[in-house]
Amino acid sequence: MDYNLPPVWTQLQQHEVFPTFDHDERARYNFLSNLNRFIATTVAPATKVAYDRRVESEFVATHGRSFQNRLELQEAMQHEPLYQTWAALRRCTMEMRQQNGRAATLRQAHELAAKVENLNRDNDKLILTPNFVQPPYLEHVDNHLMPGSYRTAYFDKDVSNAANYDSGLFVTSGGLLGSLTDGGGKAIAHWVKEMYPDFKPKRILDLGAGLGHNTLPLAQAFPDAEVYAIDASEPFLRYGAARAKALGIENVWFVQMNAENMAAFTERSFDWVQSTMFLHETGGHAIHRITKEINRVLAKGGLTLHIEQPPYTADMSFYEQFMRDWDAYNNAEPFWGFLHDLDPRDLMQEAGVAAENFIQVYVRAINDLDTAQTDATMQEDYGRTPRWHVFGGWKR
Amino acid sequence: MEINDILMAGNKSKGQRPYYLDDPAVERVLNITMALATELAVLRERLDTVERLLDSKGVLAQTEIETFVPDSAAAEARQLAHARYVARILRIVQQELEAVAQPENNKPMTEIAADINEM
Repeated sequence: MDYNLPPVWTQLQQHEVFPTFDHDERARYNFLSNLNRFIATTVAPATKVAYDRRVESEFVATHGRSFQNRLELQEAMQHEPLYQTWAALRRCTMEMRQQNGRAATLRQAHELAAKVENLNRDNDKLILTPNFVQPPYLEHVDNHLMPGSYRTAYFDKDVSNAANYDSGLFVTSGGLLGSLTDGGGKAIAHWVKEMYPDFKPKRILDLGAGLGHNTLPLAQAFPDAEVYAIDASEPFLRYGAARAKALGIENVWFVQMNAENMAAFTERSFDWVQSTMFLHETGGHAIHRITKEINRVLAKGGLTLHIEQPPYTADMSFYEQFMRDWDAYNNAEPFWGFLHDLDPRDLMQEAGVAAENFIQVYVRAINDLDTAQTDATMQEDYGRTPRWHVFGGWKR
Repeated sequence: MEINDILMAGNKSKGQRPYYLDDPAVERVLNITMALATELAVLRERLDTVERLLDSKGVLAQTEIETFVPDSAAAEARQLAHARYVARILRIVQQELEAVAQPENNKPMTEIAADINEM
């Protein structure tokens, strides 16, 4: 019998700046990843059954027609007990994941800061900007219910929120992103090398790279390239630069910069501009400033790719749109829904990719953990399944 | 900054928290219950670690735990512990039953206060 169990937390690679978890802290994460697996594979499908058997037919009986948009469906679902149970549990497990990760990382916040500072002392790969102004959309929300989000340092050189983030993606994904939580970056690097074996980028830019989870696989795939990981978060950049050093990766620069204004980079200076799960954490106007900047810094003949969840197209059922939209309002990703209503072709046009050079594919996380969930046992968990929509293209 | 890790670990994130169940009080209890469920799982994992360490050091074999048969004194003590435990967990159910069974002991405190005021 294949019980489809998530890997245990100790299978994560304990790099030099990784927070140290004691026995019970590890056990909490192990329990939570199992709880998430159960919610994804057993409770979420019950929500769909309830929709099929009860919610839709009751709506039709009352209104004499079916749903005309996802908001109508959302309103009807609020009253469905199986949906309520699923949503209440999912919210609960996310809050518990934050609390448990924070409890473990905050108690060692000063040790972590010292370890990171030690690795960063002579590290010319970390470039911070004094008096950096956070983009308002990052001030306005605690992304995915992470108190303080990316922007907060609780004291000078504090990295505890980054360490918490690094330690806990394992829980949310049930270990599906691999031992360094880099399954997305590995997937895109692998896909690019397979599809375009002659593509040899010299300069790669990763936008909103955070602590560089998905940047390092690009640097490893193209060891001769200079890779720039830009982000607004000082704590995440500090932690990321130290983490890269601890992992022996030397061709990534961690730069504090707002992707809406990359004046420090000259025109057409990058062969590849990448973003991974970044655009949905920007804003309605900012995203157009970002695409414009991509166009400015991307070289002619260069490639730009963006990993996101799929857009809500006309052929996606309202139920799927509703489930995918859940994270926007319930997991503090408020721009998520707006982004997925945009046509990626239009965005890429702004980024310098003509319609005939537009690319749209799906990639699945590459996971080095042997106990990881296999394709056959993968249950669709909407915004959580490690299979992503990639869009972008070539600037000819 | 002084880090109060106990308090800060549980900080609320920005934005109003949505409640999903019809009664927010039930959702509050669900959240407390899930936290307790976590701690029970953690305790079990810890006990498992202890058993495996004792086994590997030759103190006892885990099979001894699985096949353990208590003598009559131990059996009674353990059953008594279960009974007390169940009663503690289900206290509120017991008290709601008593409220119905003994209405004379179930007056509102305002009524009792008024009664006492006349005594």
